[in-house]
Amino acid sequence: MNAVLHPALSNADLLGLFAHFLVLSLLAIGGAITTAPDMHRYVVAEHHWISDAQFSASIAIAQAAPGPNVLFVAVIGWNVAGPIGALATMAGTMLPSTAVTLIATRWGQRRRDTRFVRAFKTGLTPLTIGLLVATGWLLARPYVDFSARGIGAIALILVSIALMLRTRVSPMWLVALGAVAGALGWA
Amino acid sequence: MTAPIASASASDAASGSERPGPTSKSDLFFTFNRLALQGFGGVLAVAQRELVERKAWLSREEFVEMLALSQVLPGPNVVNLGLMLGDRFFGLKGALAAVAGMLAVPLVIVLVLTAAYAEFSRLAVVSGALRGMGAVAAGLIIATAVRLMTTLGANRLGPPLAAAFAVLTFVTIVWLRWPLIWVVAGLGTTAVAIAYARTP
Repeated sequence: MNAVLHPALSNADLLGLFAHFLVLSLLAIGGAITTAPDMHRYVVAEHHWISDAQFSASIAIAQAAPGPNVLFVAVIGWNVAGPIGALATMAGTMLPSTAVTLIATRWGQRRRDTRFVRAFKTGLTPLTIGLLVATGWLLARPYVDFSARGIGAIALILVSIALMLRTRVSPMWLVALGAVAGALGWA
Repeated sequence: MTAPIASASASDAASGSERPGPTSKSDLFFTFNRLALQGFGGVLAVAQRELVERKAWLSREEFVEMLALSQVLPGPNVVNLGLMLGDRFFGLKGALAAVAGMLAVPLVIVLVLTAAYAEFSRLAVVSGALRGMGAVAAGLIIATAVRLMTTLGANRLGPPLAAAFAVLTFVTIVWLRWPLIWVVAGLGTTAVAIAYARTP
C-alpha cells in the first residue's frame, strides 16, 4: 500500500508514454482536460501503471493547487514514473500544441472569415462539449456509490454544479468546501 | 478602482494603439505568474480580470476572440491564450515568456504537493479532503460543460444535430471506450463536413 512506489517502467514504456501524450496533445481540442478519458484508458485500463483512485487524485491535486489545470498531466506522469514520468507527459503534452497554436494563430488570423475556418469551429464545438461531460463523468465515478460517503459525494457534485451556474462564487471556495466536507468524512 | 472600459470601440481594439501593452518580456512573465498563482481550480476567470480589467492589455472583445480560438486549437486553453497574447506583443520569445510565467512556479508547487500527498495519503483526513476536492473538481467541469451547452443553440449544424454529436461523443468515450483519435477522426470529420456544407 505504499503510494510512493512507482512501477518500474522500461525505457520503451517511457517512450510509449511520451509518444501517447504527444498524440493526445494534438487531439486536445477544448483543453487538455478533454483528453483525460484517453489518458485514463492508457495508463489505468490498458497498462495498469496507476489505479483509478490515483488517477482521480492526480486531477484533484492539480485542481486544488494554484495554476493551470493542465498541470494534472505532470502529476499523472509523476505518479506513473516519478520525475522522468512528469517530464515525459508534460513535454509530450506541451510541445505539439504549442507549435500548432503559434503556427495556426498566425495563419488563422489572416483567414478567420473563410468558410473552412468557420466550419471547423462549428463542427468541433459539439464534440468539445461532449468530451467535457465525459471528463466530468469519469472523474466523478470513483467517488459515486450508494454508501453514505458516496451519497455525500453526489450531493457535493450537485451543489458545486448549482453554485457554479447560479452564483459568481469563486471555484476556489468550492474546492475549499470540498476539502472540508471530505476531511470531515461527509463525502 | 476598476474603471469601465466597455466604451472602447471595436476599431481602436483592432488598431491597439490606445491600449497599453506589456512593457517587456519579463512584464509578461510576472503578470502570467501572478495570475496563475491566484487560480485555484482553474485560471481562466483570473486571467480575464487581470488582462482585461486590471492591465487592459486586451479589450473584452479581443479576449473573447482569443479564448474562442484557443478552445478550437489543440492544447490547454489558458496556455494557448498566453501564447497568443505573448506572440502578439513580443513574438515567439513573448509567447514563451508568458507560458513559462504561467507554468514554472505552479509546476513546482503541484509536484511538491504530489510528493507530500504520497507521504500523507494514509491519513484519513488528507485522503478524505482530496476525495472531497476531487468530487468538486468533477462538478466544476460538468458545470463548465453545461454553461457551454448554450452555444449549441446558435450552432450552424442546428441544435438537434449539434446535441446529437455531443451525445455521440459522450457515448463513444464513456461506454464504448473508443480511443479519442477515432472519435475525432470519425465524428469530428463528419461534423466539420456537415458544417462546411451548411456554411455560406
